[in-house]
Formats: sequence, structure tokens, C-alpha cells
Amino acid sequence: MDVVNQLQRQFIDYSASLHREGFLDDQFTQLQKLQDDNSPDFVVEVASLFFEDCEKLINNMARALEQQQGVDFKQVDASVHQLKGSSSSIGAMRVKDVCIAFRSFCEAQNREGCLRCLQQVTHEYSLLKNKLQTLFRLQQQILAAGGSIPVVE
Amino acid sequence: MVLKLQQSHHHQSVAVKGNEQMGTKRGYTFIQSNRDWLPKLILLWVMVMGFISTWIYKKMDADNNVRREEVLSSMCDQRARMLQDQFSVSVNHVHALALLVATFHYYKNPSAIDQETFAEYTARAAFERPLLSGVAYAERVVHSGREKFEKQHGWTIKAMQREPSRLRDEYAPLIFSQETISYIESLDMMSGEEDRENIVRARATGKAVLTSPFRLLGSHHLGVVLTFPVYKSKLPPKPTMEERIVATAGYLGGAIDVESLVENLLGQLAGNQAILVNVYDITNSSDPLVMYGHQNQDGDWAVVHESKLDFGDPFRKHQMICRYHQKAPTSWTALTNVFLFFVICLLVGYILYGAVIHIVKVEDDFREMQELKVRAEAADVAKSQFLATVPHEIRTPMNGMLALLLDTDLSSTQRGYAQTAQVCGKALITLINEVIDRAKIEAGKLELETVPFNIRSIFDNVLSLFSEKSRNKGVEVSRDKTNRKPSLAVFVSDKVPEMVMGDLGRFRQIITNLVGNSVKFTERGHIFVKVHLAESTQPVADTKVETCLNGGSDEGLLISSACQFKTGYEAADERNSWDSFRHLVVDEELRYDAPVNTIDEASRGITLMVSVEDTGIGIPLIVQDRVFTPFMQADSSTSRNYGGTGIGLSITKCLVELMGGHISFISRPQVGSTFSFTTVFKRCNKASYNDTKKSIVELPSGFKGLKAIVVDGKPGKQNGHVFKLPKVILLAKNITNVELEKAKAAGFADTVIMKPMRASMAAACLQQVLGIGKKRQAGKDMLNGSPVLHGLLCGKKILVVDDNMAHQRVFAGALKKFGAAVECRESGKAALKLLQLPCCFYACFMDIQMPEMDGFEATHPIRMMESKANEQMNGGMDEDSGRKGEWHVPILAMTADVIHATYDECLKCRMDGCVEAL
Repeated sequence: MDVVNQLQRQFIDYSASLHREGFLDDQFTQLQKLQDDNSPDFVVEVASLFFEDCEKLINNMARALEQQQGVDFKQVDASVHQLKGSSSSIGAMRVKDVCIAFRSFCEAQNREGCLRCLQQVTHEYSLLKNKLQTLFRLQQQILAAGGSIPVVE
Repeated sequence: MVLKLQQSHHHQSVAVKGNEQMGTKRGYTFIQSNRDWLPKLILLWVMVMGFISTWIYKKMDADNNVRREEVLSSMCDQRARMLQDQFSVSVNHVHALALLVATFHYYKNPSAIDQETFAEYTARAAFERPLLSGVAYAERVVHSGREKFEKQHGWTIKAMQREPSRLRDEYAPLIFSQETISYIESLDMMSGEEDRENIVRARATGKAVLTSPFRLLGSHHLGVVLTFPVYKSKLPPKPTMEERIVATAGYLGGAIDVESLVENLLGQLAGNQAILVNVYDITNSSDPLVMYGHQNQDGDWAVVHESKLDFGDPFRKHQMICRYHQKAPTSWTALTNVFLFFVICLLVGYILYGAVIHIVKVEDDFREMQELKVRAEAADVAKSQFLATVPHEIRTPMNGMLALLLDTDLSSTQRGYAQTAQVCGKALITLINEVIDRAKIEAGKLELETVPFNIRSIFDNVLSLFSEKSRNKGVEVSRDKTNRKPSLAVFVSDKVPEMVMGDLGRFRQIITNLVGNSVKFTERGHIFVKVHLAESTQPVADTKVETCLNGGSDEGLLISSACQFKTGYEAADERNSWDSFRHLVVDEELRYDAPVNTIDEASRGITLMVSVEDTGIGIPLIVQDRVFTPFMQADSSTSRNYGGTGIGLSITKCLVELMGGHISFISRPQVGSTFSFTTVFKRCNKASYNDTKKSIVELPSGFKGLKAIVVDGKPGKQNGHVFKLPKVILLAKNITNVELEKAKAAGFADTVIMKPMRASMAAACLQQVLGIGKKRQAGKDMLNGSPVLHGLLCGKKILVVDDNMAHQRVFAGALKKFGAAVECRESGKAALKLLQLPCCFYACFMDIQMPEMDGFEATHPIRMMESKANEQMNGGMDEDSGRKGEWHVPILAMTADVIHATYDECLKCRMDGCVEAL
């Protein structure tokens, strides 16, 4: 029981820190609330969808921005928009924030800025992926230990 | 930051637009464009008017002078004529004398006249010649006859110097003379230069001749001598000069005193004083000789009139010159007139100038105002947009903060602080929500929805909400037993239909605001909410009443205690007080069996009249007219005693007006306030009613026909709720678990109802006690979704269209949570396939921004399809045209930015609404 408690405490602390540091926002909490017995892996499912989406989009953008001349900013913008939508639907706040800046560079057709933002997005994305994976690991541990995942307010 | 930049940019653009507008509007008026010329113009005006005035004066003066001249000339002519007449009279007399002498001295032989006779006759006839100082007769004596003549008369002929005359060809010694001038007898007239000339001329012409004027010997007056020839024999007709000279026998002469003559004459005439008269002999035109008047006398030389005088002597010319004694007097009338004219012109000029200046000023002011107005409007727009946008940005992080505040383990002090912070934060969010509302209303973005809802449930909910708060308040206050917390009650007229169509949320907000205010400001007494149809308000007795704290058909019967339901506090508006309520109840009992009036069933609008009465502190008279102004509170101290922003009532007013009603209030300080408002709802048609009936938390109607007795020990508080059936329900205000156990142990009650009593709670208790099964299955483990929502979505098929997988998944998850059966599609095209008719989807959520086919594009063919299908169907059954639009899948757009609203666009594309998604 102690182990479960400890894990639960750890889980709460960790997700609080994620919130505090701005990786996640209220939307993620909502997602956690949506998870119930009917769909036990809801959050993980959504997250993995998000990761796939992200990788695909980041690759797209990287390819589009590789060209020295004649970058198709419209396409990049569409990708960024998608990424922004995805990140906000999962509550990845920092990714979303970078996306907002990214879009303004796209509108300005600033390749330098776009590249910088792409870098940032990639960075934020990998960070978030790590953090979430850690979080999910914790969740699994809790479940494995027979505890329930605490609801974070 | 980006947002702020946008804001300021927008503001500027608005201002610039305003300026451009001003520029085009600046149609310079004539006055405006010539405003610099105004002082010069007025100066010019004054000068022109001065000239005109002078000209007018001169004209009038000239007219005056002409008149003066006319007067002078007429006077002068008159005088001249009279003088001439008198003179000719005198001449005629001398002529007559001459004839006398001729007749009696020469034609008679011997002569019938001697000196004596002549003197006597002339003396006696002197009255006829008032002007002649005397007359005398001189005989013509040639040199050869001198001696004979001297001998005959006995004296020698003397010259004028009284000495014997020198030798001449001819002599003219005086032989007869009037006594007055007898001293010149025997003088030779030919010896005087003047006289001789006279004599020569007289005998040549046979007419009276005159000498030039000279001073007369006796009187020293100016005068002339008149000489007339006397002929010896009768002259032939038209005699020659020689014949005349030869025939000449002598000369009759007389001195005329012209000065006296004129003096007399003038004395007889009026206006003598005004004019000066001079008479001149102008025979020698270069040297006029004065006959009368002083040459140097002062007078007005400006106006002179000359009249010719004819004294009968062809050799001499005379004239009369008249002039005014005094200069022409200044014409005061003309001067006054002109002056007045000038003054009037000046005034007119000044008035015009003033008017023009005023116009210029007003126009300037107007322009300035317009500029300010444009600026103010721009500022207002900017403010509204700022308010519409920024609170959203504040609200989100605020929620995050509040959520995290109490998450971790905190020490008690920390927890206390954190709790305070949370309370403050919640208050802040409430405020922000209010501001958003207000801003939305101002920006015109607040849309009212129309959904069917149960009025009684709303009031029930609101009551429960405030009973909670009121209880908390009561706990503190009720330590002092005399100071009771206010009782809270709702009364809904029987005539009010159960279900109406309207904006549930906003109606609830209005009620909450008003009741909230009442609760806030009321320490004791009651808060009483009354609802009835607006049409039936006038005659109190007409209101059919039946429910108090009850759901629609839940007929509780209030007996005698209801009569004492008064809490002993006066209300501001007597019409609505507990007193009248009592009447209502009694009346209701009397008319219990009366048929329910259903006349306005046909009219689809329902006007509800809701009044909220409290016995609170009331509103001070001076601030009553500002009650609905935003952020206005009675005063700062009130603000301190009772928190709040003061925005609530203004929002309430806006909402009420949006809902087609109006709000008013009656308030008496320290007595209480009664807020009343009307709203217009649509009547709920049966179809939608049935549709939603399940989903609404409704009050069970299982109690119809049951009779209950409410027993309450003290007025206003029902303490026991006794049923006809032997079931007892305990009503308690605050009950601890211990007490509850005690009560249960005593077998007193089957259950406990917390006060204040609410219909739903009462119903629930009654159900529990009576064993009436609940039909509604409670959704298990519901999150923040309300049971209403659950009921609404449960089992419904819903389509979610979004190309973003993660998003789609999340949305679907949320909808599934509420029991909906969710289908997902990634594109508009795929959705179209699914939505082919006949389709079975309850609703469709569609992302706006999708590749290939976006939400708007996808909606269009769906709508086309539906309308076609509907037309076909309606074509088949004309008589049932009331039920149009059989096919209509509600399509809701999902978008990230609802503020810069695509909302209108959504409606344009015939979507049904817009969801603010991520």
C-alpha cells in the first residue's frame, strides 16, 4: 500500500510540475478525466496519436524548409496550424506557444525565423515526449501495483 | 503582446478612418472659407453705411435749401411787385398833377393856377402821394424870355447854390411848389446836374423819369426825384422828339422817399424779420447804387434772390435783392433721421456680424465635437474589443492557477493563504465573466438561444443555490436569536406554462443576479420571488395561484398558516407583499374549480412578469436613477459592507432588454426593494417539448391530487411537514448528523429536508418516502458534465469531422463521456458520404479548417440536399405546411477563434452554431 501511495504522490507531483513548467495545461487534465473504465488507455492513445502526428508534421516542415529558395510557406503554415491544433487538443502548451510564433514567421515568409522555430518545436516536442513517457510509465506502475490513478485537480 | 499590438494598430486605423471621414465631410461653407475677411467686411459695412447716411443727409439738406430758396423768391417777388405797384401809383398821381397844371395853367388864359392854389391843392391832395415829400412845378424859360419872366414874377432865377443863375440857353425855375418844399421856389432846376439830365430826358420821352438815388435835402433819406414834362399844346399822336421838346412848357417834379416807401411796405408784410431786402439802381451795372438797405449788413449770402423792378423809367433799371437774415438753421429732423438710420445700420451690421461669428463658432465647435466623437467612438470600439478579447486571455491562466493552488500538501498557514487566494481568484473569475458578458452585450455579440425549459425548475435551482449561501450567512447571524436570516420563497402562478422556449442560461442569470442582490443586501425578513403572466397582473384577484415552492402540477395546499406567512417586515412595493399573497392564496381556494383560462393559447408569445421582493436595506433615493449604470454602487461604504462590482444590474438590464422585456424597481431605503421585470418567451410547441422532456430535470408529477398540510410553528418557517399518509418528514434548517441520528432513532421522521424547502428536494424526499421509483437513471461518475447534458446526448449518434486525429479523438472521447455514439471522419468528403439522406445523425460537429474540403464547403451540399428533400416532401402534403424542414441535421462549426467571429460566417453557411474549440 505504501508503494502505491508513494507512486501516487510521485505521479501527482510530477504532473503538477509539468503543469507548473507549462508543458501541459488544463486540457490535459480534462483528457485525464475523460479516461474511464470504458476507455482505460484513452490518454496514452491520444498522446501516441499526437506523437505520430507531430513527427509527420515536423518532417514535412523540415523538408519544406530545406529548400534554399522558393519555400512553400503556405504548406508550412498549414502544417504548423495542424500542429497547433493537435498540441492544443492534448494540452501541450509550450508546443502550442511555439507554434503561434512559428505561424507569425510563416506569414512574414521569414525562413530564418521558421527554421529557428522548427528547431524549437522539435526540441519542445522531444522534451514533452520524454516527460509524458515518464508520466505514463508512472501510471503503469501505479496500475501494476494495484492502485488507481489519482485525479489531479 | 501580439494581441496588444494588434489592438493599438486597430485603434489607430479607426482614428485614421475617422480623420478621413472628417476630411471628406469638411465641406467648407462660404462663411468658413471667408472667415478672415469678416472684420474687414464689418468695417466696410460701417463705412458704406456712413457714406450712405451722409448722402442722405446732404440730399435732405439740399431739399431744405431748395424749399428755402423758393420761399425767399416768392417773398422777394411779392415785395418787388408791391413796391412797383405803389411806385406806379405815385407816378400816376404826379402825372395827374402834370395834366392839372397843363390844363389850368396853359390852356386857360389867363392862368387859373397861381402859387397859392397850387400849394393848397397839393397840400390837400397829399394823402394821395404818401411817398412824395413834395411836388413842384418848374416853367421852361428860354434865355430870351428870362428878363420878361423875371419881371413878371418879380424875382431872379437862382441857381441851386442860391445865387443868381448864370447865363444859359434855357432855364427851369420853379414857380409852383408844395408848401413842404417851398424853400426851393425860384431855383433853376437846370442848374443841378441831375435835375437837368432828368428834365432833358423827360421832355424827350414824355414819360416820368427818375434820378439816381441821393440823400434828400430834408429828411436825409435816400430818395429819387421824379420828373414829368408838361406840354403847352396837345401833342400829335406819335410825336417826334423834336416836337416834344418844342411843345414843352415846364416840368413837374417830386421827390420820392424810397427808404420810407420800402420801410412802410415791408412793415405791412409778414415775415419781415426773416429776410433782408436791398433795392439797387443798376443803370450802371458795374456800380450798383443803393436805394434801400445797408450794403454791409450781415445776413445769409448763401441764398439770394434778385427781383427786377420796373418803375416806369426806361432809362433806369432797378432791382431788389432779398436774402435771409440768418443762416439756414441746421436741420435737426434730417440729422436725427440720418443718425437713427446710421445707428440701425450699425446694429444690423453688428447683428449680422454676431450671427456670422456665432455660426463660425458653432461650426468650429461642431467640428471639434465630431472629431472628439470619432475619437471617442474609436476608443469605445477599441475598449469593447479589448474587453471582449482580453478577459478570455486572463480567464484561462486564472483557472490554471486556481486549479493548482491547493494541490500539494501545505502547512496550515500556507493552506490558509492559498485558500484565501483561491477565494479571491474565484471572485476575480466571476468578475471577469461579468465583464465578458457586458462586453459581449456592448459589442452586440451576445446571441440568445431558444431552447425549451421548465421555468419552475430554474427557480428551484436558483433557490437551492442561494439557500446554500443564505444558510452560511444565517449561521453567523443567527447566534443572535432575534436576528433571523431572511426566508427565501418562490411563487409561480398557475397560469405560467410549464415549458417555455427561451434562453435558459440568460434567464437563469437574470434571476440569479436579482436574487443574489437581494440575498446580499437582506439581513432579515424575506426574499420573495413571484412569477406570473404579465397580462394577469392588473387585478390581483384574477391571478390564479396554486403553487408555492412547487413544481407545475404539484398541488400542495397551503392552509391557515399561509395566512400568517408574513415575516413582519414591510416591503417596498405593497402590490407584491406577503399581504397580497395571502389574498391570492385565499382567492385561489375560492376559485379552485374555475376553468383554466386558455385564451392566449393561440398567441405564441408569453410575457412573464417576475418580481423579486426583499426586505433589505433598500436603495438610497439619490442613487436610484443610476442603479442600472455599470460599476455604480450605492456608495463606497456599501461597497465595503457588501462586496461586488456593481456590474450585475447593468448586465441584468441589458439581458432583460435583449429578451424583449423591461426592468424596473421600487425601493425604499431601510424598507426594501422590489425589482420587477418582464420577459417574452415563445410558447413551447409540443414536438420540441416531447423531445426535451426527458432531458430536463423536471419535478415529478406523481403528487398530483395529494393533499399536504404544512405546519409551521412560527410565521415564515415551516417546521413540520405532515402528510395525510402517516409519513413524517422533518424539516430542519441546519442539522448535524448527531441530531439526525437522534431524530431517526426517535422514529420521528422518515427523512429530513434541509430548509429552505425546495420543490425538487421535497419531491425527492417524498419519492423516497413514498417509494415512488425514480425513473431517471443517474449517469454514473459524471465529470463536469451536467446530468442535463448527459440526458441530452445519451444514445444519440453524433458525427465528428476533423482532419486532426488527436483533436478528433479528444472530442469524440468527450462526447462519448456523455453517452453519445460518436462516429469520426477525417475529411469533409467522408462526412458527406455519411450524411446522405436519410441519415440518422443527431448532430454533426465540423472543423472549419480542413484540407480538401473545409467545413463551410461541406455544409453547403448537405443543406442543398436537405432542402431538396424537404421540398419534395412538402409538395406531397400541402396541408401540413406548418411542419417544414423535416430534414435538418444540426451542424456545428468547430473553430479556435470564435471571437474574431466566424460566427456570422457560420450562420451564413447555414450552420447552426459555433463551438469554441481549441
